[in-house]
Amino acid sequence: MAEAQGLPDLSARRSRLLGSSDRRGLVLSIASTVVVLAAVLAVFLLAPGSRQVRHTFFNPTDMWRAFVGKPSAGYYSVGEALWLNIRMFVTAEILILILALVVAVVRQSTGPVLLPLRLVGTVYVDVARGVPLILIIFAIGFGVPALQIRGISSQSAAVYGVAALVFSYSAYVSEVYRAGLSSVHRSQAAAARSLGLSGWASMRHVVLPQAIRIIIPPLLNDFISLQKDTALVGLLGSIEANKAAELYSDTVFNYSSYTVAAILFLLLTIPLARFTDHLIARDQARRLAGARL
Amino acid sequence: MSRTDRGSSPEDPVFVTPGETPAAAAADLRIEGLRKSFGAEEVLRGIDLAVAPHEVVCLIGASGSGKSTLLRCVNLLERIDAGAIWLGGQLITGPGVDENLVRRHIGIVFQSFNLFPHMTVERNITLAPMKVLGLSRAEAAERATELLDRFGLAEKRSDYPDRLSGGQQQRVAIIRALAMRPRLMLLDEVTSALDPELVADVLDVIRELANGGMTMLIATHEMGFARDIASRVCFLADGQIVEQAPPGQLFTEPSDERTRRFLRRIVDAGRM
Repeated sequence: MAEAQGLPDLSARRSRLLGSSDRRGLVLSIASTVVVLAAVLAVFLLAPGSRQVRHTFFNPTDMWRAFVGKPSAGYYSVGEALWLNIRMFVTAEILILILALVVAVVRQSTGPVLLPLRLVGTVYVDVARGVPLILIIFAIGFGVPALQIRGISSQSAAVYGVAALVFSYSAYVSEVYRAGLSSVHRSQAAAARSLGLSGWASMRHVVLPQAIRIIIPPLLNDFISLQKDTALVGLLGSIEANKAAELYSDTVFNYSSYTVAAILFLLLTIPLARFTDHLIARDQARRLAGARL
Repeated sequence: MSRTDRGSSPEDPVFVTPGETPAAAAADLRIEGLRKSFGAEEVLRGIDLAVAPHEVVCLIGASGSGKSTLLRCVNLLERIDAGAIWLGGQLITGPGVDENLVRRHIGIVFQSFNLFPHMTVERNITLAPMKVLGLSRAEAAERATELLDRFGLAEKRSDYPDRLSGGQQQRVAIIRALAMRPRLMLLDEVTSALDPELVADVLDVIRELANGGMTMLIATHEMGFARDIASRVCFLADGQIVEQAPPGQLFTEPSDERTRRFLRRIVDAGRM
């Protein structure tokens, strides 16, 4: 009797306690964040060369000038140049998704007839992953124009840059695909085939949808890396964000333009990362909640 | 040359066009000299077995005796090394056979359910009727509803498989196979992965199928169930059918020494 009366009281007190400890945790985490940031800022501000670094890398006037650009003075807008990076990586991502899937499926294939294709696939992945991206960019960006093939050798530097990125990244992404495909248990394909679905239909409806859920995080990781690596195409002379920043610093002798480029790249990659987290969380919640159609 | 001269019996055509499969159609299964090896290990060493329409044949035997492999060979999930299999009088092994067409008529249910985790229960059931038989979404959904109602799973329609108990998942897997209106059902130790208290529900479903006249080939460890439901029980050992007889006979007076030893071990383990 006494226990029965005591129970609701106890649980109420416990939830009060838990509530206050939740609040205390929040206060603590905010406080520790502030302390750490303040410490880092203090080190930066109190360093002997702080004034110089702030002027060279974080000068607001230079940052603004680099952002808007002034072609008549010999430098271009870093903000506008970023548009080229965006176009390059969007194009590259689409081509990579397709080419990498082809490579992955070929390398996963069985059967003696496809052996030569499998060999080509293996050699390609080894080469593309083994050679530094910067060398691939030089090889394609300077090699292909030198070949003087009509229609192919007269493209802009950005096109060769995208081709180099696709060549290099498709190898990585095909490995991501392969890991995803083989992580879907063989019994799933067997179940689909046993119902009369063709090999392609069971791939399309059963294996791929499950593989895609698994590969989204590593795929995104590669794409974030790709977004940054579009900056390397500037080496071929394309005025992308990093190249524009370089032109500014060459002209004005201030590196704040690079800071602008860094911030812009950050603004590009962070939303993509958050969006993918959201997709994964939504998928998980839906499956666990058994949502209605 | 007459046009009907095609070597298959016209009164029992297995390979009817999509959508025309009669609901209660049953087909006989005939296996002759079936051999299957995995590498150096010969798992099936010459299996001869016939299952008549509406017959329920249970395969019993120790783990590794080849029961599962035999079922997977019948469903063409494994390529056979020698021998032949006929369904409804038509040869389904050998060159030129469209295995996707054959599998429409043979349902198989696995020990580990193998439901598609990214699809709702209903979508699991409607996928093959839509993609293989070309049914519309509404027609396929109607089939699913009918079966879910019949087996008491109507309210699970929109759930994803990982929300269901093992017993419910296995019943959905059976329904998924039934939605294709198969003429033969293969059940591969469908209760082995279930908690004991969930086994009965699944066995009830199979019992109902048997009463409905479904032709079935069942690999099982449930001896009581096999005795109950089977028209014939086959004991497999070392990749061969050692002995086959009606359950009354095989369980009470087995003629082969290996069968006797196997059954004694089962009894000693308290499984019968």
